[in-house]
Amino acid sequence: MTLTSSAEPPRIEPDIRQQQDGQGPIAERAARPRRARRTALVILRKIGAAVVVLWGAATIAFFAQLALPGDRATTILNIRAGQAQQRTPHELAQINAQFGLQKPVIVQYLDYLGGLVRGDFGTSYQQYRPVTSIIGEQLGSTVALSLTAIVLAWVLMVVWVTLTAGRGRGVSELGSTVDVVTAGLPAYWLGIILLLVFGLGLRWFPIISGTSPQGIVLPALTLAIPLAGFMSQSTRLEFERSLDQPFVLSARMRGMGEWGIRLRHVLRHAVIPAVTLSGWALGATLSGAVIVESIFSRPGIGSVLVTAVNEQDLPVVTGIVTLVAVVYVLANLLVDVVYTLVDPRLELS
Amino acid sequence: MTAIDARASGSDLRQALARLSRLPWGLYLAIAFAVLLLVAVVAPELLTVHSPTAVDYSAALKPPSFAHPFGTDESGRGLYTRVVWGARDSLTIGVGAALLGVAAALLLGSVAALAVKPAALVADRFIEILFTFPSLLLALLLIAIMGPSAGTEVLAVGIGTAPGYARMIRGQILGAKNAGYVEAATALGHSRWRIVRAHILPNALRPLVAVFALSIGQSIVWASSLSFLGLGVAPPASEWGALLDAGREYLVQAPWLVVIPGLVIVAVALSATTIGRHIQSRLEKGE
Repeated sequence: MTLTSSAEPPRIEPDIRQQQDGQGPIAERAARPRRARRTALVILRKIGAAVVVLWGAATIAFFAQLALPGDRATTILNIRAGQAQQRTPHELAQINAQFGLQKPVIVQYLDYLGGLVRGDFGTSYQQYRPVTSIIGEQLGSTVALSLTAIVLAWVLMVVWVTLTAGRGRGVSELGSTVDVVTAGLPAYWLGIILLLVFGLGLRWFPIISGTSPQGIVLPALTLAIPLAGFMSQSTRLEFERSLDQPFVLSARMRGMGEWGIRLRHVLRHAVIPAVTLSGWALGATLSGAVIVESIFSRPGIGSVLVTAVNEQDLPVVTGIVTLVAVVYVLANLLVDVVYTLVDPRLELS
Repeated sequence: MTAIDARASGSDLRQALARLSRLPWGLYLAIAFAVLLLVAVVAPELLTVHSPTAVDYSAALKPPSFAHPFGTDESGRGLYTRVVWGARDSLTIGVGAALLGVAAALLLGSVAALAVKPAALVADRFIEILFTFPSLLLALLLIAIMGPSAGTEVLAVGIGTAPGYARMIRGQILGAKNAGYVEAATALGHSRWRIVRAHILPNALRPLVAVFALSIGQSIVWASSLSFLGLGVAPPASEWGALLDAGREYLVQAPWLVVIPGLVIVAVALSATTIGRHIQSRLEKGE
């Protein structure tokens, strides 16, 4: 949660966008069909890379299931019964047939990959139900939480950076200190403070959030505040850089007010790094939901995951972990492709 | 033009002044806190008057007072005493996980940046693949396989945080590879291995000290998150995350049981960040 931590979003090089093409308008028009083809190729390559990464993630998920110590059929029966005991060959044969455990590993692996492509994440050890339906029942609540948190984080970030970036020493210092401190707050602690102050103290929001629209505010804020702190760090850097650009000077000379410059010109440049972080933010809020749902007793895939980890119900665990990885990769791919389409200079990199 | 120049140099001067005036107190605070922690790890009895296991039910769940500055828990044990005595467990887990994470990252990152093409490509892709799993989820996956324990916690946090650091180290090494001094060494006919050993690694890995300081704070936060979920070290231990987990039950009657250990963890993470960043900026300035 610090600037160079593992949770740190991928670094962005803003300078790429400032590269000049060096081609005049005539050359550009002539090169258009070739450029379109090249753009298509770039996008295809990005999709290919994303597929490779997804395949790798699925492979890790599969082998994680194999890594469970002991005979798998026995383990499954023990997990289901909640106690360890000897199993008869007949019982084991049934489980082996149901989960396909008697097949060679390579066949199981291909079955697993094929299942994933069809949207089948396997069967829960504990509940004997498809993982997809276990996740599906709880996914809506977590997605709602995650998206609310991202919207809130954007509002907080834009307001805070516009108010404090490049405002002279004291205010700017305060601004960036708050960024660093909020970005480093552990979710469990922030959540409990919010719960104590606004739930138990002021009674503005329910303590157990349930699924009511009011109940989403505190959990979403818990995820949004550190996220806003993160995004502010890169946005602030870009914001202050943009304030020194010639276009700001020319806007000032045209007599534009400080607020107009900040909101109409500088902010547009400054939020680009934060847009690039969207995929990362989605992954971070989905995984942060694990802790937040636990604090606020909110239903969702986070609480399903904690239960599954406790029970060693690996198909559910790997199902959720893979799902989050897929969301992360797809969101990043989308951001990447949109950038390639919007800004043709990027394809050079 | 002169007006703009004057403004630019003015802001440079202001920035330098800001840097100077900003450095001391935050950094000194962080160092003082780190020293205090070190004392708590080596000799906790120096900082406490009560025993961490002295049970006194008549003083259960009392708010912070002069005798017990952080209040007492459900068995009347002083929370301050338990926090101080828990520093050893928490820091051992934090430092262990940080060591493991940075070591794994170093291995992956340098293979991805320096090995021959096919191996480098595989390592590179592997880092990307691991990076798609958020740290917490990767850690939870490992705990699901191995069952919760202190050892698993160290491993889970270490492996969970490794992909991010691996990416960073890879970037550092690739940056050093393109530097002028490497080109010069190549022109002088030095061998590949010698260039890697004498030029690339020392320059690329200098920030590793800073990364390590940052990652200790990080690891303590992640480890306590796992304990908070009830998936870390079991409650009889007074590791800070376990204190949080135990305190959750009494959130309404005794909020300090959660708030204060959490605050200590935040303070550790902030100190580690402050010290790590200072080292980082010193190194950057030195170049």
